[in-house]
Amino acid sequence: MTDASRVLAALDTVRDPELDEPVTKLGFVASCTVSDNGVAEVRLRLPTFFCAPNFAFLMVADAYDAVSAVDGVTRTQVLLEDHFASDQINGGVAARAGFTQVFDGEAVDELGQLRSDFLRKAVMAGTDRVCRPLLTAGVAAEDLARMVLGEVPASGDLDRLRSRRTELGLPAGDDAPLLIDPATGAAIGVEALSLHLRRARITRVSLEANAVTCRDLFAQRYRSALANSEPVARFGVAT
Amino acid sequence: MYEKNGEKYYVVDSHTHYWNAARDNWVPGAEQYAKGWIECFHAYQGLGPAETHWSLEKFQKYSEADLMKDLFEDGYVDKAIFQPTYLKEWYTEGFNTTERNAILAEKYPSKFILNTRWDPREGDAGLKQLEENVARYGSKGVKLYTAEWRNGSRGWTLKDPEASRYLEKCQELGVKNIHVHKGPTIWPLDKDAFDVADVDQAATSFPELNFIVEHVGLPRIEDFCFMATQEPNVYAGLSVVIGGLMHARPRFFAKVMGELLFWVGEDKMTFGSDYAIWEPKWQIEGFVDWDYPNDEFSDYPRVTTATKKKILGLNAAKLYDIEVPIDYQLQEQAGRREAAVGVSDTEAPA
Repeated sequence: MTDASRVLAALDTVRDPELDEPVTKLGFVASCTVSDNGVAEVRLRLPTFFCAPNFAFLMVADAYDAVSAVDGVTRTQVLLEDHFASDQINGGVAARAGFTQVFDGEAVDELGQLRSDFLRKAVMAGTDRVCRPLLTAGVAAEDLARMVLGEVPASGDLDRLRSRRTELGLPAGDDAPLLIDPATGAAIGVEALSLHLRRARITRVSLEANAVTCRDLFAQRYRSALANSEPVARFGVAT
Repeated sequence: MYEKNGEKYYVVDSHTHYWNAARDNWVPGAEQYAKGWIECFHAYQGLGPAETHWSLEKFQKYSEADLMKDLFEDGYVDKAIFQPTYLKEWYTEGFNTTERNAILAEKYPSKFILNTRWDPREGDAGLKQLEENVARYGSKGVKLYTAEWRNGSRGWTLKDPEASRYLEKCQELGVKNIHVHKGPTIWPLDKDAFDVADVDQAATSFPELNFIVEHVGLPRIEDFCFMATQEPNVYAGLSVVIGGLMHARPRFFAKVMGELLFWVGEDKMTFGSDYAIWEPKWQIEGFVDWDYPNDEFSDYPRVTTATKKKILGLNAAKLYDIEVPIDYQLQEQAGRREAAVGVSDTEAPA
């Protein structure tokens, strides 16, 4: 693997916390280069000039951390382009400043809470992704409330759900209930089942509709032929 | 008015603008924001059918003739509601002020309903201005833009104590429709910009007011829907839902509509084209023809002609006391009215 491809692989682990998808898959990585002496430069771009600065900050900071951890990278620069708060965010992340310090007087909290809120949404959306095929295959809804994760057939969606639950400190092992309240980790009983599944479904619809609109706006903005799930950005190794 | 297959639709476009984002209206020093804002809107227009796209130049400042043709000549609209957005930090005369909208509303009084706005950060002077606007323009509604920048502040919420004074004033003045922008936006920085908890609190505290959440809290429709099911006086404003998804992403449009119909219900959803982001013509034609694409959607509420009549105009007509010609009312309602008249001097109906 070249240095640049290792850096790209590291960026695969950076997600848009709002959309719960990797920034690479969303096309947000405009370029990614590593110089001979190990200086990595990553440029990020977003669907609109006014994309929420809190999520933008998280992506830039996460990219910085992911790229810095790559073997052979001696220095990291992550630059958000074409955004109303580009200068503040880029400078703040480079200086390892927290969000409240960067937006002094405009923000009162760091972003941990926001990130957790969106991870809980990802858990709800993931619950629908895992449960819907089971229901289609004929599993009765009330049986879902009795199932544990180890009984669910292996799938990428199941791995993703486990991973998000783990990030939140929620039970994710084989013996953990399939359906849990993402705020408390408590199992969902049969009496609350119907509403829980409805909530899971709308959360998935919301996240996915948001993601396609972001893709569409991104394509409008950069006029690139952004295919549904393919990265469009150009990458190279600096010479 | 729109007619298709013998069915007549009365159209209230509850979300329209007459903005000026031309270069000579950009505030010196804030050009990047003024430019960024209108370009962002223009990108949204790109989500509609290609033949309805405008050049950026026209989009920045369109004419009275453009608007009148797009809404009333080509667009089937019976009543258009102007929803102002000020943004005076970025646009010298404002982006889309009550005064600018009034140029057309006063010229064509039968065509427009002119809403005004307020901002609780303007204190007593703002309250006085609200009273004056209501007296002058007869506004029965306001559009609130909680994300607006002002003197270093990047926004406010309906939970602010100052906002309660304004809501009390609205109640006193008979301004009963509170349209709150909860959709694609820029503020706040650390909180979630689409949080609808403040609408929840205000709707509970002011049960006589109607709260129309514009853009249905997109992209947080789940939070909006959970809130709307608790509050009888909360409505779903569909601007951006139809314009942004129906053409570009029909499957997601069907899902979002299905969810809204399930959680909020067809009696509390209102059409808005968001003109000039999108023209109403293709949205109305497409929506009247629309149904779920396949069986995948079978557990969502059904969509009937009555559903569409309500959403396209009858629901908003109720909120704004607009008289709808009898042919355009739902037969059931029209029938009931006739029956009520018919029995008025005999026995009361059972």
